[in-house]
Amino acid sequence: MTQYVVLSAILFTIGCVGVLTRRNAIVVFMCVELMLNASNLAFVAFAKQHGNLDGQITAFFVMVVAAAEVVIGLAIIMTIFRTRRSASVDDASLLKY
Amino acid sequence: MNLLSHSVLLAAEGTEIPVVAPDTGAGGVFDLLWLVIALPLLGAVLLLGVAPFLPASLRATVDKHGHLLGTATAVASFVLSLVLFLSLLGRDAESRQVGQELWTWFETGSLSVGMDLLYDQLAALFLLLITGVGSLIHVYAIGYMEHDPRRRRFFGYLNLFVAAMLTLILSADFVGLFLGWEGVGLASYLLIGFWQHKPSAAAAAKKAFVINRVGDIGLSLAIALMFATFGTTDFGAVSELTGEADQGTLNALGLLLLLGACGKSAQVPLQAWLLDAMEGPTPVSALIHAATMVTAGVYLVVRSNFVFELAPVAQTAVVVVATVTLLWGAVLGCAKDDIKKALAGSTMSQIGYMMLAAGLGPVGYPFAIFHLLTHGFFKANMFLGAGSVMHGMDDDVNMRHYGALNKAMPVTFLTFAMGYLAIIGFPGFSGFWSKDKIIESALADNLLVGLLAMLGAGVTGFYMTRLMLMTFFGEKRWAKDVHPHESPKVMTVPLMVLAALSVLGGVLLAGDWIVTWLEPVTGHAEHHEPPLPAIVITLLITLVVAIGVAAAWFLVGRRDIPREAPQDVSFATRAARADLYGDAINDAVVVRPGASLVGGLTTLDRVGVDGAVEGGSAAVGGLSTTLRRVQNGFVRSYALSLFAGALLLVLVLLAVNLG
Amino acid sequence: MTFWILAPLMVLSALGILFVRKAVHAALLLAVVMISLAFLYAVMDAPFLFAVQIIVYTGAILMLFLFVMMLIGVDASDSVVETIRGQRVMAIVVGLAFGTVLVVGISQVAFGTVVGLDEANAGGNVPAIANILFSKYVFAFEATSALLITAAVGAMVLAHRERLTPKPTQASMAAQRMRDYADHGKHLGPLPSPGVYARHNAVDTPALLPDGTAAESSVSRVLAARGTVRSAPALADDIDDVRRQLGGLDGHSDPTTMPGASGRSGAPANTEEDVDK
Repeated sequence: MTQYVVLSAILFTIGCVGVLTRRNAIVVFMCVELMLNASNLAFVAFAKQHGNLDGQITAFFVMVVAAAEVVIGLAIIMTIFRTRRSASVDDASLLKY
Repeated sequence: MNLLSHSVLLAAEGTEIPVVAPDTGAGGVFDLLWLVIALPLLGAVLLLGVAPFLPASLRATVDKHGHLLGTATAVASFVLSLVLFLSLLGRDAESRQVGQELWTWFETGSLSVGMDLLYDQLAALFLLLITGVGSLIHVYAIGYMEHDPRRRRFFGYLNLFVAAMLTLILSADFVGLFLGWEGVGLASYLLIGFWQHKPSAAAAAKKAFVINRVGDIGLSLAIALMFATFGTTDFGAVSELTGEADQGTLNALGLLLLLGACGKSAQVPLQAWLLDAMEGPTPVSALIHAATMVTAGVYLVVRSNFVFELAPVAQTAVVVVATVTLLWGAVLGCAKDDIKKALAGSTMSQIGYMMLAAGLGPVGYPFAIFHLLTHGFFKANMFLGAGSVMHGMDDDVNMRHYGALNKAMPVTFLTFAMGYLAIIGFPGFSGFWSKDKIIESALADNLLVGLLAMLGAGVTGFYMTRLMLMTFFGEKRWAKDVHPHESPKVMTVPLMVLAALSVLGGVLLAGDWIVTWLEPVTGHAEHHEPPLPAIVITLLITLVVAIGVAAAWFLVGRRDIPREAPQDVSFATRAARADLYGDAINDAVVVRPGASLVGGLTTLDRVGVDGAVEGGSAAVGGLSTTLRRVQNGFVRSYALSLFAGALLLVLVLLAVNLG
Repeated sequence: MTFWILAPLMVLSALGILFVRKAVHAALLLAVVMISLAFLYAVMDAPFLFAVQIIVYTGAILMLFLFVMMLIGVDASDSVVETIRGQRVMAIVVGLAFGTVLVVGISQVAFGTVVGLDEANAGGNVPAIANILFSKYVFAFEATSALLITAAVGAMVLAHRERLTPKPTQASMAAQRMRDYADHGKHLGPLPSPGVYARHNAVDTPALLPDGTAAESSVSRVLAARGTVRSAPALADDIDDVRRQLGGLDGHSDPTTMPGASGRSGAPANTEEDVDK
């Protein structure tokens, strides 16, 4: 099982770095999804490791929450794009010191 | 109730200090005791509290006739006091302490203060003095204040004063006494500054108020100490418990009470306010700053005899303060050209005599009260006479502008002369009996004090003769357009009554009546034999006074008096004109160090405290200015710190779990 | 075996997301990762999640991403210049440290024997999951329904645009057209249709005006912007070619008589008719 969890960690880290480096809001969002998927992988792996289905159920809930999140997140991106004509997360930086 | 069975035996002196134990169930007319206070209080409430809110037409009527209401309440109070006094006379000598418990004023912790009244021989005399002289002065003020647009308010203040003074006298508890004490202070402040449009009057009122507060601190600390020591502030309870307290506490208590008395009675070192207080209308000077309020300190000492009898240090302090004051006031009286200020110096001096007597213990208490009463008569008489003179001289108070008024104002002259003869102690007049007794007792107690008191009597003769000569005799030195005239009846009649009392006040001593009367309150004392026979002392005093009078005749009466005060005078005269530098001393000892201290504290506060606070805030502000750069608005930066935090957490977890 | 094939693929695809410049490419790479994940789920005895992963993630969520990308511009791509000072370096440093720590940490843990899901999945994976979901996790399940409804309502609220001006009616549009004609002389009728020629009959071919110039309004503006419109000279070249092939058959055909045959701005309108004859 170690290899699955390690893969999960690698994917999660890649997702994190993507969030930090990419500026297109949609790509940033994709990287968030990547992180969620990485954690799902770990859940499913642990489910097999421990022989009960709670991990799979959790992964299922994560998917549901991710779906809801994507809907709202993309709607927000749309709204921002509509007013600012830009999908860059750096452009929405007015709330500062 | 047998009072003597309740007395505390003072073994060393062989004197008995009576315990205050009023009979609260006397009934009859004594149930109306509260009315003595309530009547003038009602007058004050109506004239001050209700009248300003009346509709304009009604208020005009009240403004026009309000003084009648004020006078009526005072007179009614006097009549009631007289009835009470007669009722008290009708009781047994041993049951003449009557009390009335009105309500519980407040209860906090173990302290319970009742609004209780105490009517005994001492209070009875005071009640008669306050309401009697007060009524006369109310009547006099009707004439004196006739043209003042705020006469209604003046009478409201007078009523307020009378109510507060009666509270002070009748209260059976030190806290209640303090209530009246502050009430008369307030009334005094309001009345000194009654003509507030004059800056000097406003300043004098403030000065009196502030100096009185110093004394009040003494009294309030005394009350606090009393509560701490005895757990009660009731006269009766305290008088029973003083025997058990230790000497140091009692001395401290006595000195604190003396401080309070000094403030109210203008004794050295808190004397500076009294001369300035003459800025008030003359009836006020007569009632408050001569006859009644300023004697409250004497009352306090006599009433607290159960403390002072057991506190020899405090008692000695009373004698010292009194002796200094009686000479101080007399010296001031010699130099002042302002007739009211000369009389005020005289008042200070005479209260010094009373305090001296009060400091002598049970021997002196009755004579202190006796002198207080006679002084109340003759000094009120003279003040009102001075007011009458001012009335005729267009409110000029400078005696150098008077002269030869005996022809122009015969009634004023004659009544004033009665007061004059009384105060210098002309044989047979009231002041003769009272002052003579005090000096005699002082000589018996301490030769030096007695001789100084005798000297004071001589100086009294000098300055009072000087005042008489400058005012009523000699050449006319009037200002051009002044036409002196006799005052109206409403002013002269009170003068006549008071003159009669000044002459006849001595009858109170007939057969030692007042000594016997007050004995249940002040305690019985065996008279020490004076160093000389009493008759010799009396002759000596008369001789000293005669020398003073003669000196005045030679120095003042036989010379021409310049209209302007000469400037090339001796140092002593200059010092006396400057109130013996009382203000300068206050300024140097209290005001300037206080101002420096406050200035220093302000600087310390501004530089030290404010510096620390503002420096701290500036440091925080600067740090924030730097730190806020972190809030750069880029969500990816925030994510980076979040991610770094997660890294740290994982590291910590690993360190804990694997380490 | 499956894992060792899929894992490098997934990692490479994921890394690709970091580096590709076009968002569409990123989405496609993400799809690769997700589908691979679905296969890994299948390997790990989670057939239900395998299906859900493909249906929900690859089918719904990724499609949503693509949909939004279409809406806000397919061509939107990142510039390579980093705007926040030190962000990229710090991100890489922290990312490397994080990954290293995680990998090292996980490899230190002894996982022990794999229990396996044979017993739990004995009656089938889907019924087993259903059993747990509707008993133990029923409240969480109900809560997710509330979450989904909220999300749906929220998305509608966010996407909703308030109409600020009244909706134009047919009458008002007609009136506007007439006003435009009166004020600016804008053509009143429908736009001209594209040119129809013997060899070219498409929307990217402009019609020719009587003076031989191309009618620019006969092709879509989008095509014009993209630069994919056939130019009239190109058409003329075609004609020349045909004529050369036919050479000599028709005596009066002479390239030099053709007006604008070598011209840049347009082709003669009657050329093709001649050719067809």
